[in-house]
Amino acid sequence: MSADRAAIAAGLLPGDELHRSLLRSIVDVARAIFRARAASVFLLDAEADELVFEAVSGEGEESLVGRRFPSSTGIAGWVLVTGQSLVLDDVSADPRFASQAAESTGYVPKAIMAVPLVSGERTLGVLEVLDRPSGERFTMEEADLLGMFATQAAVALDLLQRSRSARRLLAGGAEDGDGSALTRLAAALESAEAQDREAALELVRAVERLVSRLG
Amino acid sequence: MAVTLHADDTDALPAHAVAGPDARQLRGARLWPAKVNREWAFGGSTGAGATVCVVDSGVDPGHRLVGGVSSAVAVRIEDDKAHIEDDQIGDVCGHGTACAGIIRSIAPDCELVSVRVLGEGFIGSGPAIIEGLRWAVEQGFDVINMSLSTTKERFVADLHALTDAAYFRRSLIVASAHNMPVRSYPWRFASVVSVASHDIDDPLAYLRNPDPPVEFYARGVEVDVAWADGSTLRASGNSFATPHISGICALIRAKHPELTPPEVKTLLGLTATNAEAAG
Repeated sequence: MSADRAAIAAGLLPGDELHRSLLRSIVDVARAIFRARAASVFLLDAEADELVFEAVSGEGEESLVGRRFPSSTGIAGWVLVTGQSLVLDDVSADPRFASQAAESTGYVPKAIMAVPLVSGERTLGVLEVLDRPSGERFTMEEADLLGMFATQAAVALDLLQRSRSARRLLAGGAEDGDGSALTRLAAALESAEAQDREAALELVRAVERLVSRLG
Repeated sequence: MAVTLHADDTDALPAHAVAGPDARQLRGARLWPAKVNREWAFGGSTGAGATVCVVDSGVDPGHRLVGGVSSAVAVRIEDDKAHIEDDQIGDVCGHGTACAGIIRSIAPDCELVSVRVLGEGFIGSGPAIIEGLRWAVEQGFDVINMSLSTTKERFVADLHALTDAAYFRRSLIVASAHNMPVRSYPWRFASVVSVASHDIDDPLAYLRNPDPPVEFYARGVEVDVAWADGSTLRASGNSFATPHISGICALIRAKHPELTPPEVKTLLGLTATNAEAAG
């Protein structure tokens, strides 16, 4: 049974590759819309409470993907916590930012637009667009447009992340005990008689309401 | 006078069924002229006597555009509990310093206070914002600048109670509106003054929006601001428009300490650049 379930999960639900290509597409499109020198995306790793540099298009070293940053300091941390977007010019004048950027991407931008990736209540990370070869400034209208694109990107990422969690749970929840418990519950519900199943679902809905209140 | 506020006891603030002596001799009411203008609202005011609190990433008190702060605290989260302590770090981003510098440029003689709610991670940031704001409301500052918002529904009730408490305790909260299609708070609450950006290159130009929940537009495009480690840069965003309104509110509150938050908001509306132009 669990082998079947794992096979179904692997066949139907998206895995890491799709996640990578979505992130890649987000930074490529963001960069193309604004004719920017670079675009990058940071995602929140909620367990470590850190921002992870996930993908970059244009300037910057792809090999530095995976680098971690504090989740509530610096420009990206501010945008993540406050949910507000920023357009900054001459950001290279900030010595702290300049040295961190040089170290993390190998290049120090002059102009930056940073917006949060928000899906409903969930804040998933930060999307940044850096510099224009022409040196032309980013405008507030463009920041609004980037915000709209970021919201679409965040909804897609949110869906994908939820599917990946479902995949892990269905695949046996190897990572933690709760996963296996939920898998066993799903299997038991599936094989239960109709009447018992309705009663059990009733209980599950009650637990769901309770958990959503806690969450 | 500092009074401890908890979200669940803000309803228990004093409410008199019978008008007392304070209500019988209302201070200031007779001062409001039939037609107000900016000269009456804040002409000659430098902000002296008004205290403005910046709830943000901390403030660099040594920045030449900030001109010092009278106190700076930080919210520290430990064992799921928030503690308010003296801020030993300063600005962890640059943004709080930018806000403080803008307020100082408009209200040069106001007193500035910093509450740093960033730096303790993203996960604890919701409680840190709530506790930082609670502290600010307890202190009774004249103006509280909040260039930030939260999308988390579980903080909405606490935030709502605190902004209402501030409203009744004469602390005026000025909050940045979100320029993205998401539901966020506290700027949507009627008890605060919500601000978005216009691109007029005049720090004292402010527009009343006839179509709320955004209530006012202030200068928020290509503003030269103070930033981290003594630097300056050019910035755009609603979060830079907000301290412009905070500064103007500091001028008003310094000149007319008797005015309540809704009266200050009304005065802003009546003296807005688009209202004055309309006569």
